[in-house]
Amino acid sequence: MLRETALIHRRQVLLGAAALPAVFTVGQAHAAGAARIVSLGGALTEVVYLLGAQAQLVGTDTTSLFPEAALKTAKVGYMRQLSAEGLLSLKPDAVVGTTEAGPPVVLDQVRSAGVRVELVKADHTWDEVQRKVATVGRVAGREREAAALQADLDAQWAAVQKSVAAAARRPRAIFILSHSGSPMVAGTGTAADALIRFAGGTNAITQFAGYRPLTAEAMASAAPEVLLNSTQGIEALGGEAAFWQRPELALTPAFRRKALVTMEASQLLGFGPRLPGTVREIQARLQAITA
Amino acid sequence: MQPIPRRAPGRLSPRAALALGLALVLLAFVWGSTQGAYAITTGQLWQVLMQAVGAVPAPENAPEYLVFVNIRLPRLFMGVAAGAGLGLAGALMQGLFRNPLADPGLIGVSSGAALAAALTIVLGMYWLPDLPRTLGSWPLVTMAFSGGLIVTALIYGLAQADGGTRMGLMLLAGVAVNALALAGLGYLNFISTDEQLRNIQMWLLGSLGGARWSAVALVGGVVAVACSLGLALARPLNAIALGEAQAALLGVPVERTKRLAVLVTALAVGAVTAATGIIGFIGLVAPHWVRLVAGPDHRVVLPCSALLGATLVLVADVVARTIVKPAELPLGVLTAFIGVPLFLAMLRQFRGKV
Repeated sequence: MLRETALIHRRQVLLGAAALPAVFTVGQAHAAGAARIVSLGGALTEVVYLLGAQAQLVGTDTTSLFPEAALKTAKVGYMRQLSAEGLLSLKPDAVVGTTEAGPPVVLDQVRSAGVRVELVKADHTWDEVQRKVATVGRVAGREREAAALQADLDAQWAAVQKSVAAAARRPRAIFILSHSGSPMVAGTGTAADALIRFAGGTNAITQFAGYRPLTAEAMASAAPEVLLNSTQGIEALGGEAAFWQRPELALTPAFRRKALVTMEASQLLGFGPRLPGTVREIQARLQAITA
Repeated sequence: MQPIPRRAPGRLSPRAALALGLALVLLAFVWGSTQGAYAITTGQLWQVLMQAVGAVPAPENAPEYLVFVNIRLPRLFMGVAAGAGLGLAGALMQGLFRNPLADPGLIGVSSGAALAAALTIVLGMYWLPDLPRTLGSWPLVTMAFSGGLIVTALIYGLAQADGGTRMGLMLLAGVAVNALALAGLGYLNFISTDEQLRNIQMWLLGSLGGARWSAVALVGGVVAVACSLGLALARPLNAIALGEAQAALLGVPVERTKRLAVLVTALAVGAVTAATGIIGFIGLVAPHWVRLVAGPDHRVVLPCSALLGATLVLVADVVARTIVKPAELPLGVLTAFIGVPLFLAMLRQFRGKV
C-alpha cells in the first residue's frame, strides 16, 4: 500500500514535470524535433501527450482514443488502411507508427514525398512500450522528457512485476474479443495473451495462435477461472447480465463466481504508457476474483 | 440479310455515343486531377503540369509537385485502366453468354484472383517470408493475376465438349468453381490472424491506393492489349447475338471468338483485379447502360462500355479519396453506391425499351 502511494506520487510529479516544458513551448518545435507530426497508433499518441508535444501533433489514426483531446485531431483513418494523399494533406514533417501501420505502398509514397516515417516494432513486450517512448521523444525533439518518462515507467513496471511474482496463484484466464456466433478468443502470440501473462495469469488457450472462434465444448474443457473482455465488447452484448446468459459460459468455473474482468479496449490492449497501471489493475482483480 | 440490329429511335448514333463516352472520360479525368485530400489550387496545378512536361524546370521536393506527379496522377491513370478493362470485359461476357446477367466474375477470374491473394496474405509468410504481402505489392499482384488465369483456364477446360466450348456448361462450371473458391477464401479467413483478415477484407473491397507508375504501366499495357484484341470481336459477337448456329452459317469463327473473348476478359480483369483488388459492379452495369442509350451493336457497346467504365471508376475514386479525408473509403463500396442509383434512374427513363 505504502509502495503504491509512493509510486503514484512519483508519477504525478513526473507527469507534472513532463507537462511543464509544454506550457512554455506551445506552438514551437524543440531543437531538432519535427514541427508537424502524425501519430498512427493509440499508444504513440498517448506518449505524444505525455511528452507535452501535442502542439506538434497534426493528425492521428482511429485507434488514438486517449486522451480525449486526441479525438479532436484530424483523423487519417485506420492505421492499416492509410491514404497517401490524405496523410500528406496534413503536411507532416514526420509520421510515427507501429509496424502494423500500412499498407507499405502508401508509406513508401509518403517517404518519397520527403516525410520522415518512423515505425516501432509491435511485438507485445515491455520493450515495445519503451521503444514507443524513445521514438516519439526522438521525433518530437524531446529526448530529455522521453528519458525521464522511460525511467518512471521502468520503475512502475518493476514494482508491478514484483507484486505479480509474489502472487501465489496463476488463475486460468480467457480473453474474449467478440461474440459473433461462437466467442472469438485470444490464443498465443496476441496482445491479450501477453497481458494475461504480465498480470500473473495463465492463458487457458494454448492450442492456437491469434484470435479464433471457440466452440462451446472447447470453452468448457479450457476451464477458465476468469474471463476478460473489453467494456466495448460487453456493451455490444447488452450488458453483463446478457454476457452471463451466453450458453458456452455456463459450464466454466468462471461462471460460478461470475468472474469477469472488463476494461476499456485501448487501455487493455494498447501497449502504451498506461500498461503498468493496466497490468496492476488486472492483476489485483484476477487475484481478488479467484481468491 | 441484315445481321446487325438497326438503331431504334431516340438512341444515340454510334459516332455520337463514342464522342460522348470520350468526353465523359476526359471530363472525369480533369475533374479528378483537381480533387484530392491535399489542397492544390488550379494555379499550382498549372505550374505542376508545366513542370511535369518539362516546360519549366521541376523544383526539388516541392510538395504539390510530388503529390500530384507521384500519387494523384498514377491513381487517375490506374482508374482509367481499371474501369476500361472491367467495362470492356463485362460487355464481352454479356455478348458471349448472350445473357444480361453475365459479368466477368462468371468465368472465375475474380474469385481465382481473390483466392490466390488470400493464400498469399495468409500463407505467404512460409514461402515469401521477407516480401510484403499487402495490396499493391508485387508478390500479391503476381499471385492474384496467376490465380485469376488458372481458375479461368480450369472453367474453360471444364466447358469443353465434343470439340467445342459449350456456354451452358461454362456457366454451370463457373458457378460451381466460384463456390469452391469462395469456400477456400472462407477457410483462409478462418485460419488468418487479425492483421491478415484485415488485409484480405481490404483487398476484397478494392482500392486504387496502391497505384504507382510501375503498376500503372503494367496494368495499362495489359488492358491496352486486351482492348485492341477485344474491340476486334465486335462483328463476330453481333453475329453470335443471333445464335451460335446462325453465326457459324454466316461464316463467323465461333470457337475462335469464344476463346479470344475468354482470354481477353481473363487478361484485363486479372491484371486490374491483381493490382486494385475487387472493384464490383462496373463490368455488370456499364454495358447495360450503353445498350440503353446507344443500342445493342457491339461495335458501339464494346468501346463505350470501356469508356463508361473508366468514367465510373474515376468518379467513384474521387469520392473515395475525398469524402472522409484525410482517410479513404474502399472503392468497391462506392462503385455500387454511386453507380446503382444512377443506373436505376436510367432504367426508369428507358423502361419501355429494356
